[in-house]
Amino acid sequence: MSDYPIWAIIALLGVLTYLTRFSFLGLVGDRPLPPWVLRHLRYTGVAVLPGLVAPLVFSPGSEADPVKIAAAATALLMGAWRRDVIQAALGGALVLAAGNWIL
Amino acid sequence: MRSGFNQGIRDGMPFVVIMVPFGVLFGVLATEAGLDLAQTMAFSSLVIAGASQLTALQLMEQGAPTAIVILSALAVNLRMVMYSASMVPHVGKAGPGTRGLISYLLVDQTYALSVETYERRSDWDVAEKVRYFLGTALPVFPCWVGSTLAGAVLGTRIPDAWSLDFAVPLAFLALVGPMLKTRAHVAAAFVSAAGAMALAWIPWNLGLIVAAMAAMAVGAELERRAE
Repeated sequence: MSDYPIWAIIALLGVLTYLTRFSFLGLVGDRPLPPWVLRHLRYTGVAVLPGLVAPLVFSPGSEADPVKIAAAATALLMGAWRRDVIQAALGGALVLAAGNWIL
Repeated sequence: MRSGFNQGIRDGMPFVVIMVPFGVLFGVLATEAGLDLAQTMAFSSLVIAGASQLTALQLMEQGAPTAIVILSALAVNLRMVMYSASMVPHVGKAGPGTRGLISYLLVDQTYALSVETYERRSDWDVAEKVRYFLGTALPVFPCWVGSTLAGAVLGTRIPDAWSLDFAVPLAFLALVGPMLKTRAHVAAAFVSAAGAMALAWIPWNLGLIVAAMAAMAVGAELERRAE
């Protein structure tokens, strides 16, 4: 972790994220986004986060951990069902804790 | 006169329940990863986006190249462009300083509350809409920074037995669940997960970026066909 230029990462990410928020309010103004751009932007969340999580859940290259997979499935399904982030995270954490305690 | 501001504060309050655990989680994990207090606090005060901050942290833990860390964390935040565009019809006529401040505080919660309320309150002028937005930010922003601080202070005292390494995946999946609103969202999420696994051999974590772009394209295409 100490190999990273942490301050540069924070500053750059801060500026770039600010620019995404400032893009239309400050730069482009009152011009509608083309429909095809909007269509892509609607999927940024579901396009990045699952890809980031999948290798952590299934840990390719080593033995699959059934407790992690069960906890992950619980968090995802509870989130989809209850539409509540907190309940989903707690549900997943409970399964993880219970699974690790039993096994 | 201040009714919009007060209503904003009232509406923003419930979101504190969601922000606090994420802020604490980021503070704890950033500290455990070796970021000092100033870095951890700067992260939360400058980026102000939980999923993006945790993405950056996670990729640094994995040893991804700096450019990929920034690119991936930024990709998570691209939806803010959409937020920015949909705020323009309501507060685009405000002064440049005000619009600069609104941009700084434009996060999921303040955006969702404001746009929804503006639709119902067509009688509000620009000033009242700005006051409402700032009202929603008043509980949300200090709460985010404060809970990060609490997490950073707490971070060094949490026993290793708590195995917090799996907290990020769980938090992300809990966030993704409610996003799965349509079949296109489900398909995009699947392409993202399967793609990242299948493309893990591509160096520098570039597989994640490729998978994310493919997932976005699939989601957008399915939505277009459904229209």
